[in-house]
Amino acid sequence: MGISAQSTQFDRRKDLLGLKDVSNEEIELILNTALPMKDIIRREIKKVPTLRGKGIITVFYENSTRTRTSFELAGKYLSADTSNLAVSTSSVQKGETLRDTIKTLEMMGPDILVMRHSMTGAPHYVAKNTSMRVINAGDGTNEHPTQALLDMFSIRERKGRIDNLKVAILGDILHSRVARSNIYGLAKFGCEIRVAGPPTMIPPGLDRLGVKTCFNLDDAIRGVDVINVLRIQRERQQTGLFPSLDEYSELYMLRPEHLSLAADDAIVLHPGPMNRGVEISSDIADGDTALINEQVTNGVAVRMALLFLMMGGRKDEIAA
Amino acid sequence: MRLLLEGGRVIDPANNIDSVLDVLIEDGRIAALGNTRHDENMHADANADTDVCLSAGARARAASITTVDCRGKIVCPGFIDLHAHFREPGYEYKEDISSGSHAAAAGGFTTVCCMPNTDPVIDNGAVAGFVTRRAQEVGLVNVLPIGAITKKQAGEELAEMGELVAAGCIAVSDDGKPVLRSDVMRHALEYSRLFGIPVLSHCEDASLSAGYMHEGYYSTVYGLKGIPAEAEEIMVARDLILARLTGGRLHICHISTKGALEAVKQAKASGLSVTCEATPHHLALTDEVVGSYDTDTKVNPPLRSEEHRAALREALASGLIDCIATDHAPHHFESKDCEYGLASFGISGIETAVAVIMDTLVRPGLLDIARMVELFTTGPARVIAEAAAGPAAIPAPGRTVPCLGALTCGAPADVTVIDPDMVRTVDPRKFYSRGKNTPFKGMELKGWPCMTIVGGRIVAEDGRV
Repeated sequence: MGISAQSTQFDRRKDLLGLKDVSNEEIELILNTALPMKDIIRREIKKVPTLRGKGIITVFYENSTRTRTSFELAGKYLSADTSNLAVSTSSVQKGETLRDTIKTLEMMGPDILVMRHSMTGAPHYVAKNTSMRVINAGDGTNEHPTQALLDMFSIRERKGRIDNLKVAILGDILHSRVARSNIYGLAKFGCEIRVAGPPTMIPPGLDRLGVKTCFNLDDAIRGVDVINVLRIQRERQQTGLFPSLDEYSELYMLRPEHLSLAADDAIVLHPGPMNRGVEISSDIADGDTALINEQVTNGVAVRMALLFLMMGGRKDEIAA
Repeated sequence: MRLLLEGGRVIDPANNIDSVLDVLIEDGRIAALGNTRHDENMHADANADTDVCLSAGARARAASITTVDCRGKIVCPGFIDLHAHFREPGYEYKEDISSGSHAAAAGGFTTVCCMPNTDPVIDNGAVAGFVTRRAQEVGLVNVLPIGAITKKQAGEELAEMGELVAAGCIAVSDDGKPVLRSDVMRHALEYSRLFGIPVLSHCEDASLSAGYMHEGYYSTVYGLKGIPAEAEEIMVARDLILARLTGGRLHICHISTKGALEAVKQAKASGLSVTCEATPHHLALTDEVVGSYDTDTKVNPPLRSEEHRAALREALASGLIDCIATDHAPHHFESKDCEYGLASFGISGIETAVAVIMDTLVRPGLLDIARMVELFTTGPARVIAEAAAGPAAIPAPGRTVPCLGALTCGAPADVTVIDPDMVRTVDPRKFYSRGKNTPFKGMELKGWPCMTIVGGRIVAEDGRV
């Protein structure tokens, strides 16, 4: 592939905080770049020198070993030096402000900060206060852009396209950053998006985003090409949003009979970790329509692409 | 000591004046309104009852008059802020009565009512007396304390209202904390009738309001937990019902929703003694600005959606809203320099209130300037009038007090002069307030207070004290 004019898209971008303000061209560039990255993961020697001498630090103010590991491996496969600030042992516990913690890390010289935080807007706040490039690995109930990018990559890989697909997102939409980033990303490509979940977990104003709200699974799933099942947080039951996990699974667990309503070649995604028997039945989770395991590999590829592009890489530079 | 404010457009709604006039201030009081250039005797031409003629003798002394050229300016009765937090005692690192008074003077306010959520709370005469004394020591603007409704603002037992009124409190409020118990609110409204003071209510159903911004389209888009309009409306409805039960005087603080306005409209129509205030930030901004995650946009009640703002603007122009109050809530920068969810609620607004209203409502023609002056003068004055006149006024219901919010001859000369053409960019670093927390930072606004006169003394000029 020749030098692509698109590759300059990332020259103007310091941070990736959400898909809300990312262009279609940027998304396509990331997904296209992730393709050769996935090949690297499959090789015997999973190492290219592309980001040699670059530093990446991951800071997770909320537990998530898998996303953190995915970013770390992505960096390591590209030869970057990665390091992680473990929150439980960090100075957060000692009452240090976020700004001070980030400044301290910045002074150690890394180029990219990958951050997860339980509070919406925390990476935006950090991005304004640091010279490091910031990647949002999930903030509060706002966005989880790399999850949506890997979902889009997985969809495109299986379906050959993203444009104008019908997509159903199931579960706790109100609190889901995965749902939000998927909605922003997929809507840019003309997808018809439907959500279904208990009315207590449907946020207001979705129609203004072009999203159709359903209360039951059948209505949401009928004729769709993609079903994205969200993980239900057990603690939501304690805040009174649904009566019990049993009732939740009775009403909202994705089962084989639902799939028969979807398009013939429909696929099922889940960001993990799954609650089998709660939001997804094992028949589906382990079946052919589910891309759940492939999503994990794709997550590393997409994050490699993103790290590479954010460090100024051009698609045609990826070492053979 | 005499001061002549010459050639300005005098808007004095209390005395039904809106014309180009000179204002003569003598010995700290309004001495005359008239026209020194065209009228030999400078007789007061607007209101024969209240104005006095400037005698030839007075003209003869005119040589020693300090003259201020007010041509092109708006000369008004001193502006009253019914709702501010000066934080002293207890939170002097956020604001104190000196910094707050400076900020008020710079912002064009001559009288400020201070909320009692201090430490200790203004729930007894000693603390109220302290606030009054400190304000007199500072000596810039009139500071009137508001007492707490309940001891320690805990929402359980009534504070000693008689002692608070005797110490100068002109109203009671548990602002910042809603009075959740209906029986306590009922008793407060009943008991307050003894003193003729209003109960200022911060309406919020705490079980519904655990969020960070207005609940709606933008809370979904920005991924922040929402506070529904209904959290406010439920309590407004409850308090109006209790006002009907008790006959107490209810004032709704920082009203911000369409539904709350509809409820107040209905209550007023049915003859209840109810008033309400709106803040400049709720009138100027919508929840859309929260998208920057700038913690200076975090305020309670939250910035509402366009629909609510439109209702608020309409109610302001129509007269349903009685006054504009700042809800000046200064905070230390550390409690705003953090994650949105952790940041304190509040906007430091007393220095920008007039300019925000001038620029966003008056300039585009959404609000008549004379109506704006009412909202800053007679409006708030009427809410607190009886109490401000002192105990003697209590047996005279409905009486308006001439000394607040009016340029009546003989009244203390509290005057606010506005330059409608002055353009300035909001720079919080130049605030007198310790609170730099404003979502208006960096905005270029047109129409600023250019002179603040308290008791005949110029306390601020062109925004400098």
